Amino acid sequence: MSILVYTESENGKFKKNAFEVTSYAKAVAEQLGTSVTAISFNAEENESLGTYGAEKVLAVSNDRLTTFNAEAYAKAIAEAAEKEGSQVVVVSSSANSKYLAPILAAKLKAGYAPNVVEAPSSTSPLTVKRTAFSNKGFAFTEITTDRKIIGVSNNAFGLNETGDTANVEDFAPTLDDADFSVTSVEVDKIAGKVSIADAEIVVSGGRGLKGPENWGMIEELAEVLGAATACSKPVSDMGWRPHGEHVGQTGKPVASNLYIAIGISGAIQHLAGVSASKTKVVINNDPEAPFFKAADYGIVGDAFEIVPQLVEKLKEFKAQNV
Amino acid sequence: MKILVCISNVPDTTSKINFTDGDTKFDTNGVQFVINPNDEFGLTRAMWFKEKQGATVHIATVGDASVEPTMRKALAIGADEGIRINAVPTDGFFVAEQLANVIKDGGYDLVIAGRESIDYNGGMVPGILASLLGMNFVNTCISLEVDGSTATAVREIDGGKEKVQAELPLVIGGQKGLVEESDLKIPNMRGIMMARKKALNVVEPVDATKATVDSKFEKPAPKGAVKLTDSVDELVSLLHNEAKVI
Ligand SMILES: Cc1cc2nc3c(=O)[nH]c(=O)nc-3n(C[C@H](O)[C@H](O)[C@H](O)COP(=O)(O)OP(=O)(O)OC[C@H]3O[C@@H](n4cnc5c(N)ncnc54)[C@H](O)[C@@H]3O)c2cc1C
Ligand SMILES: Nc1ncnc2c1ncn2[C@@H]1O[C@H](COP(=O)(O)O)[C@@H](O)[C@H]1O
Repeated sequence: MSILVYTESENGKFKKNAFEVTSYAKAVAEQLGTSVTAISFNAEENESLGTYGAEKVLAVSNDRLTTFNAEAYAKAIAEAAEKEGSQVVVVSSSANSKYLAPILAAKLKAGYAPNVVEAPSSTSPLTVKRTAFSNKGFAFTEITTDRKIIGVSNNAFGLNETGDTANVEDFAPTLDDADFSVTSVEVDKIAGKVSIADAEIVVSGGRGLKGPENWGMIEELAEVLGAATACSKPVSDMGWRPHGEHVGQTGKPVASNLYIAIGISGAIQHLAGVSASKTKVVINNDPEAPFFKAADYGIVGDAFEIVPQLVEKLKEFKAQNV
Repeated sequence: MKILVCISNVPDTTSKINFTDGDTKFDTNGVQFVINPNDEFGLTRAMWFKEKQGATVHIATVGDASVEPTMRKALAIGADEGIRINAVPTDGFFVAEQLANVIKDGGYDLVIAGRESIDYNGGMVPGILASLLGMNFVNTCISLEVDGSTATAVREIDGGKEKVQAELPLVIGGQKGLVEESDLKIPNMRGIMMARKKALNVVEPVDATKATVDSKFEKPAPKGAVKLTDSVDELVSLLHNEAKVI
């Protein structure tokens, strides 16, 4: 009966979204009068999920699952859902969760609502509010199947420390070679760099920065803030920055706490992808730039003057506030 | 190689989004519909397979007759023929089951869909489809090559990328990166003329699961005015004391 939540980890450590989806699952469990069971893969400190409301953790340890594999993970989660009799499965909005959720939906014959921003607004039928039209609107989606999958938007629900420690049980899902028919050849991640999906702060540069050689100050600003770097579409199209940094409607979505846009005009496709960020700051020398209408704070001025000043000021601020 | 590209018909990216009928329906008034951008990248990659590896490329859309102009555009870009499944696409499960029904006996080696449609952002059709068909599946695909019966793909992951390999038949959820931006084609006159003569077969839907219903829509709350400042000191203080984000 319990709510099942898939908690993601990397190199054994839970990601922050693992705690957020567990907090979300707890809220759903309370509405439905049940408890939360988490499933984790090769994670350490499984008890810690208890803090966010998990009563039980099904801990999978399996060398074949060290690298994420959507089919195999989905199969394991489906088996856990069967075992627990879970009617609701909660996942995050990470690239991996979005990869496995539809496979899981097919396995469980479950309706799936992605990009959900709030606890269910009704439990019968189960109805969730989610972003749609690339953040230009919200949909209230009823999931009408017996089993249901909810994908929680990054950073939308937050963390709730409601519990204490969870009971950890080993769980060995039945997997066979066919579940590994998509094989990982190579994973290429820049070590020590915050990803746009996980970042609380994102610093983004546009065509106003004139050329790739001017990104040093953007990197510096990101570094003082512990932020990820991003860019507008033309910047990646021109090869100034890698494609993985392109944010917006056709790039990565951003839902950070703080988004700083530098030399970006604020085209509708750009705004669609970044507007889920809570606080937006714009630095642009054109007071008429459309982004100012979508921002919380702004400085009208030349990025080449403002950004270095901001970096210095933030260094001072950080030195005083550690 | 036989390829099927799944095309979803979506509002142009510049569209203003409004709702009608007591906020229960998307208002299509004045909205221009286009090939979903993620599908356009996939279609363009399919054209590469057609030119370089002699692939045959079909397209399929679940939709009523109003989607035909978008399908004709895909044919004008170079797809060989189209299949329209005559049903309103209300739900990801339903759409996947309709597509699976035309794909299962079609002898396709590769099914190219998009990571998500930019309208309802479901991101679920390709994954459900692959599962229903028992085909391999790679999502957020930014590069795809096929050598014999083996596909090598790169998928975007949070904070990097991953190269994977899988045997055909394969379904991908594609996105920007599959081709260069400059490879995207605007159909020329000859393409448009030829597209008129290409087969666009209409098939009736099968009974299928409806798993979700969008019962109501809402627009984001209007944004308050921006606070402008000309001092970085003030900005840092606002971010710390007011917004509490640093
Ligand atoms: C189908 C489609 C999908 C798209 N998807 C996306 C998407 O996902 N993401 C995206 O970003 N775009 C997308 N676009 C492109 C979008 O329409 C805009 O062209 C793009 O966002 C503009 O990028 P920009 O703001 O960096 O450049 P510009 O519009 O050229 O703006 C540069 C800005 O820099 C300012 N500036 C110049 N010099 C300085 C200075 N010294 N200091 C401070 N400011 C300065 C200028 O005032 C200007 O506002 C898409 C377009 C289409 C057609
Ligand atoms: N009505 C449809 N007809 C054909 N393909 C579709 C349809 N809806 C979605 N797709 C495909 O599935 C992908 C993901 O869509 P979605 O799951 O709706 O976000 C799209 O990019 C298309 O390739």
